[in-house]
Amino acid sequence: MSILILADHDDGQLAPATLNTVTAATQIGDDIHILVAGDASGEVAKSAAAIAGVSKVLTADDTTLAHGIAENVAPLILSMASDYSHLMAPATITGKNIMPRVAALLDVMQISDIIKVESPESFQRPIYAGNAIATVTSNEPVKVVTVRSTAFEPAAEGGSAVIEAAAASADAGLSSYVKSELSSSERPELTSAPIVISGGRGMQDGSNFAMLEKVADKLGAAVGASRAAVDAGFVPNDYQVGQTGKVVAPDLYVAVGISGAIQHLAGMKDSKVIVAINKDEEAPIFQVADFGLVADLFDAVPELETKLD
Amino acid sequence: MKVLVPVKRVIDYHVKVRVKADNTGVELANVKMAMNPFDEIAVEEALRLKEAGGADEVVAVSIGPSQNQETIRTALAMGADRGIHIESPHEIEPLAVAKLLKEVVAREEPGLVFVGKQAIDDDCNQTGQMLAALLGWAQGTFVSGIEIKGDSAAVIREVDGGLEHLEIRMPAVVTVDLRLNEPRYASLPNIMKAKKKPLDSISAADLGVDITPRLNITRVEEPPAREAGIKVSDVAELVDKLKNEAKVI
Repeated sequence: MSILILADHDDGQLAPATLNTVTAATQIGDDIHILVAGDASGEVAKSAAAIAGVSKVLTADDTTLAHGIAENVAPLILSMASDYSHLMAPATITGKNIMPRVAALLDVMQISDIIKVESPESFQRPIYAGNAIATVTSNEPVKVVTVRSTAFEPAAEGGSAVIEAAAASADAGLSSYVKSELSSSERPELTSAPIVISGGRGMQDGSNFAMLEKVADKLGAAVGASRAAVDAGFVPNDYQVGQTGKVVAPDLYVAVGISGAIQHLAGMKDSKVIVAINKDEEAPIFQVADFGLVADLFDAVPELETKLD
Repeated sequence: MKVLVPVKRVIDYHVKVRVKADNTGVELANVKMAMNPFDEIAVEEALRLKEAGGADEVVAVSIGPSQNQETIRTALAMGADRGIHIESPHEIEPLAVAKLLKEVVAREEPGLVFVGKQAIDDDCNQTGQMLAALLGWAQGTFVSGIEIKGDSAAVIREVDGGLEHLEIRMPAVVTVDLRLNEPRYASLPNIMKAKKKPLDSISAADLGVDITPRLNITRVEEPPAREAGIKVSDVAELVDKLKNEAKVI
């Protein structure tokens, strides 16, 4: 089994989800290569080569590969596909954008968002917002697989893979990058943070998220939100935790003013410990919470902050 | 310009799905079905484009058994002009859906395909990207804003770190995300009018596409249940439990 993993990165840093994908790959086979496609992504390649269990890092460096333009990255993966039994990527926006394009060009069905490796041909994946788990078997000649990072531990460092240059393919001329508007935060990244504190519609206003941020800063936590809070414009889209937002599984998840729609639960119910603070005693979030506090969040959250000193 | 909008019939998002006792799938009998919510957003965006003069026809297409015609009628009631129903006997995979849609695109020659970023039943998140690949078209995925500029479109994508702006060449496939718009409700007069709008039905076989599944779903089961938790009486007790019992802070 030779496995190629598409690294997720921003040309400066390797996205942590890539490490979890390596762990999933080690459960399939032991000849694991990582493709770093990008522009001046040498540092990313070095980080990838240092992951334990990785034997080779292939780098394709070209301006046309910057920002993970799917129409340009997919043909590159396609040109390498014949050497591999599995093509994998984290189920991040980058992986979700590029891998189905690769699968279609190979005429194979992709297996999205796996949470367990049963065998090299068989995987578990959530369906219906995680309300059911399907075991899926593929007889395709090459398996195209995306990996839910929260379901696998991150791979350790300590590897020393060889780094080889791969030829970049030409610009497809279909899409071009214009600009990004990225949220900047000193807090940990949402999907890999050990503690997440999220706010919902009950926060009433974006400015009230400052209360959550104060608690987050004391706990070293990331701040998330429910879809309702994002739709209401309280916080940007990249805060959204849920079926179609980010999936998180921290050691501690604190849901504040979140009712607990199944679409939100899909994004956080695998957290180790769940705390819910909501003034509505009947809120469904309490059904998944290990510790529920029925209280007005505008009293409870500031009190929580002071009690953390 | 014509806009094609594929719409999928799925279990209504309010319904709590139940796994069948024999672990072969989820219970679909007597369950309320509805249009995939992301596809509603796609229909809405196509209608807004038409209302702004950027498109002259909106065609909704759905693949599945005869009941899928209801889903197409929903799109027609929202304001789509015409429907195409591709009759197929069983649930089919995104790759087969993309191949069928490619044939529809060849017949209809739309300038744009708007499709939901994912269906809330299989949560695959593949069809739009696969269709773009098979057509050799540009793809704008997870889109929360779009502006057509002649032979290209400026799209805003919801990405992991925030937003990304891309310029994509037309014709293109655009997969839509939550914040693109808020879909309209169909009014009663429009629901009545939709019954008279044209709806063609063709079979998957007529399009010459092999829809045999590639993946075998061997088992469907309930996720492990979380053990019931406790209610704490105040913040002090909560902090104590987190520190001394759960040991997470």
